[in-house]
Amino acid sequence: MFGKLTLDAFPHEPIIIGAAIFMALSALSIVGVLFYFKKWKWLWTDWITSVDHKKIGIMYIILAFIMLFRGFTDAVMMRSHLALSVGSSHGYLPPEHYDQVFTAHGVIMIFFMAMPFMFGLLNLIVPLQIGARDVAFPFLNSFSFWLTAVGMVLVNMSLVLGEFAATGWLAYPPLSELAYSPGVGVDYYIWSLQISGLGTLLSGINFFITILKMRCPGMNLMRMPIFTWTALCSMILVIIAFPVLTVTLAMLGLDRYLDMHFFTTSFGGNQMMYVNLIWAWGHPEVYILILPAFGIFSEVVATFSKKRIFGYVTMVWATAIITVLSFIVWLHHFFTMGAGANVNAFFGIATMIISIPTGVKVFNWLFTMYRGRITFSVPMLWTIGFLITFTVGGMTGVLMSIPGADFQLHNSLFLVAHFHNTIIGGVAFGYFAGFTYWFPKAFGFKLNERLGKCAFWCWLVGFYVAFIPLYALGLMGMTRRLNHYDAAPGWHPLLIVAAIGTAIVAIGILFQFAQIAYSILKKESSQDTTGDPWDGRTLEWSISSPPPFYNFAITPHADDIDAFWDQKINNKISKEKPHYEDIHMPRNTGMGFIIAFTIFIIGFALIWHINWLAIFGLVATIVCVIKRSFDYDTDYYVKAAEVEKIESEFSSRKK
Amino acid sequence: MIKKFKSSLRIAFLSGLALLMVSCKAVVLDPKGVIASDERTLIFTAVGLMLIVVIPVFIMTFMFAWKYRASNSQATYDPHWTHSTLLEVVVWSVSGIIVAILATITWISSHRLDPYKPLDVITKPVNIQVIALDWKWLFIYPEENIATINYIKLPVNVPINFKITSDAPMNSFWIPQLGGQIYAMTGMQTQLHLMATNVGQYGGGSANFSGAGFSGMRFVASVGSQEDFEQWVSEVRQSANTLNDGEYIQIEKPSENTPVTYYSSVRPGLYHDVILKFMMPNANLPSRF
Repeated sequence: MFGKLTLDAFPHEPIIIGAAIFMALSALSIVGVLFYFKKWKWLWTDWITSVDHKKIGIMYIILAFIMLFRGFTDAVMMRSHLALSVGSSHGYLPPEHYDQVFTAHGVIMIFFMAMPFMFGLLNLIVPLQIGARDVAFPFLNSFSFWLTAVGMVLVNMSLVLGEFAATGWLAYPPLSELAYSPGVGVDYYIWSLQISGLGTLLSGINFFITILKMRCPGMNLMRMPIFTWTALCSMILVIIAFPVLTVTLAMLGLDRYLDMHFFTTSFGGNQMMYVNLIWAWGHPEVYILILPAFGIFSEVVATFSKKRIFGYVTMVWATAIITVLSFIVWLHHFFTMGAGANVNAFFGIATMIISIPTGVKVFNWLFTMYRGRITFSVPMLWTIGFLITFTVGGMTGVLMSIPGADFQLHNSLFLVAHFHNTIIGGVAFGYFAGFTYWFPKAFGFKLNERLGKCAFWCWLVGFYVAFIPLYALGLMGMTRRLNHYDAAPGWHPLLIVAAIGTAIVAIGILFQFAQIAYSILKKESSQDTTGDPWDGRTLEWSISSPPPFYNFAITPHADDIDAFWDQKINNKISKEKPHYEDIHMPRNTGMGFIIAFTIFIIGFALIWHINWLAIFGLVATIVCVIKRSFDYDTDYYVKAAEVEKIESEFSSRKK
Repeated sequence: MIKKFKSSLRIAFLSGLALLMVSCKAVVLDPKGVIASDERTLIFTAVGLMLIVVIPVFIMTFMFAWKYRASNSQATYDPHWTHSTLLEVVVWSVSGIIVAILATITWISSHRLDPYKPLDVITKPVNIQVIALDWKWLFIYPEENIATINYIKLPVNVPINFKITSDAPMNSFWIPQLGGQIYAMTGMQTQLHLMATNVGQYGGGSANFSGAGFSGMRFVASVGSQEDFEQWVSEVRQSANTLNDGEYIQIEKPSENTPVTYYSSVRPGLYHDVILKFMMPNANLPSRF
């Protein structure tokens, strides 16, 4: 009746029971608050059914912060365990648990922290930057978000119900095959990534079309803000790369569910094929994450240096070159698999060629600062922290792109330090910069600067204290994913230092949460009534904060790369009262949420092999999709009078 | 602000460096074999070349951030300076030239350090067949007809030809002080050619995660003189254990932190049968799955 789901699946280890209780209490308190303040209706009509890209963006970012907390807790467990697990002491995590922790850390940080954060920022800003009223497919956008949320729920459910994969974040076979991982862990992995991956692909298509088709008049491709450019390139990568992930995981799923032999050890299965395929997605994936971060830095550095981005055309071309090259470097993740010297050298050289456009970008950011007027607000601090940190990460990356050097550095903590160096120093710093920079646009008030600076310094110092020792440990021969080690190689002191670094980062994260909480409490004193708190350059700053739900009352016209700056400097902002027209808007719908829920049922049922429930979920999904396709009442018009009312409120606030 | 940033960065860097010095067991940078030594040179050369770009980036970041801070009204403010063909040419070509040099080094070193390439030495090599198991290493010396678990003895200044496979999930065979790693995979064979130049005991292990007992997959590579090696071989031959199919099926089962074990003889062709059992299900050895 319940497939593999038996009483054994429920938690019985103290740490996991603790986590389960914590999650249950959090959920209960949220439910309690919603009942107490009678906010269920508000939650449903204003958020869950919303197709407004700004609200969806905010929900993505909330999800990302929750998962940052979860993923970081995993990191704290790993570092503290390793600081203890030396010689005769075995720490506090048995291997079966520890292996799940590092797998979950990687999966969560990439798929459920970085990706939602990126889509959150894209949702918030891209339509505003291009002068659009929403994305191309608002319903699809809502659906994509809820698919991501379903993936997230499945990953977290594995914490209390059953187990998560204990295979490493890419689940290499044959370890991830039934023969070596018979439990439901890998199935949780497969289905949470398949479902959220579908959401990612749909979002990719959505934003690709949005950017290409919905730009305001005058904004040709070479007038798009750099953030929009990087978003476009990132979405191209999503569209090409994510189907590869889907197919790869589907084949792994077929091996596990239908006894096929794509990647098994026997009957002609080929594990090397999986490694190739997963990295053919995996390498573009890191550029999917880093390109929008590059875009954010470009916006931030220009705004806070009071100067247009240096070498706009070069920036665009550099981004495009990186986009193309990111598809021909995947083999550098496994030089040690025994390909010949020619193959290894080709992929090594292709990899180091990427460092040319990336290096040029770094110089362009520096030249933007040159002869500027730099204000060191929090977003700019993240940017400067990025420039230094990412350069170190880039250097160690190019070092490892040389096969002969990689043979000695691969799979060691040097590698772990390298990719955290680029992902924290590049992606995380970038998204935090973007979050602080665009927060007033989304909510109408600024984040507290002082707490933001505390968070930044803790993150930066903590990062170096945590990861410089890891570089050293790699050179000392310590491999990744070790659960226990001997005292003899002398690793222990450095692992203690790394654990201290993690604690400093933890303080940084606490400062971030404190910053958000404090800023909300004190929001009256940090209101942004102008809509343009940073003296911005692009169109998102030309409207009120938060923007009205229809974004632009009058469709803007872009005459310059920095369209809004151009309007401000050249006095193009009309003082006369504009003539408003009715605005065509999409209607809210709960179907995105409902269909995602039916897909959740399918995923859950398949993980636990509950066949009848899977069939039920599938039928429910199909019925809901058909129902939605026959719903013709999907849009409406906002009357000109209402637009006028909202806009005049904004103008009076401005004064 | 910038000062604070600078100093915290310096402290972080120096403390890292200091700890590295104190611990002083950076095995990758302390090679005891020809390949590892060549790989270390490669690492140093590449880092040196990249510092040509990286150091100016550091200096410019701090210099520009300091000089063009908003409070410094002395500094030039030129919001229209947003393009410079000369600078673009310099930036693209300097990075391009450095990458071209690195690419040349990559091409040459990838061939020179190809793990499949036998070492260019006249001395007759020692052959070792390596099988990664759950979770231990089985080493077979086919010419000597002996086998060991989690221990190898190597003669100094003699090339060692490793042939590597797995009867477990993917692992990676790595002895940092002798040279770089290569994967061990079921149903197929990879190769590694190393040569130790110094007598000593060197740690080895698996670099690719393979399951719960992965942390215990460590072994010692002991390098001694030719006489030491021969004496050790005869010592192993005294062992009461022999490695036949029955014994192999026993040790192939998962076990953790397996102690060093010697086998005085090995059933001929065992290594090939371990590879073949994944290729043809009716091979000599049964597959666990």
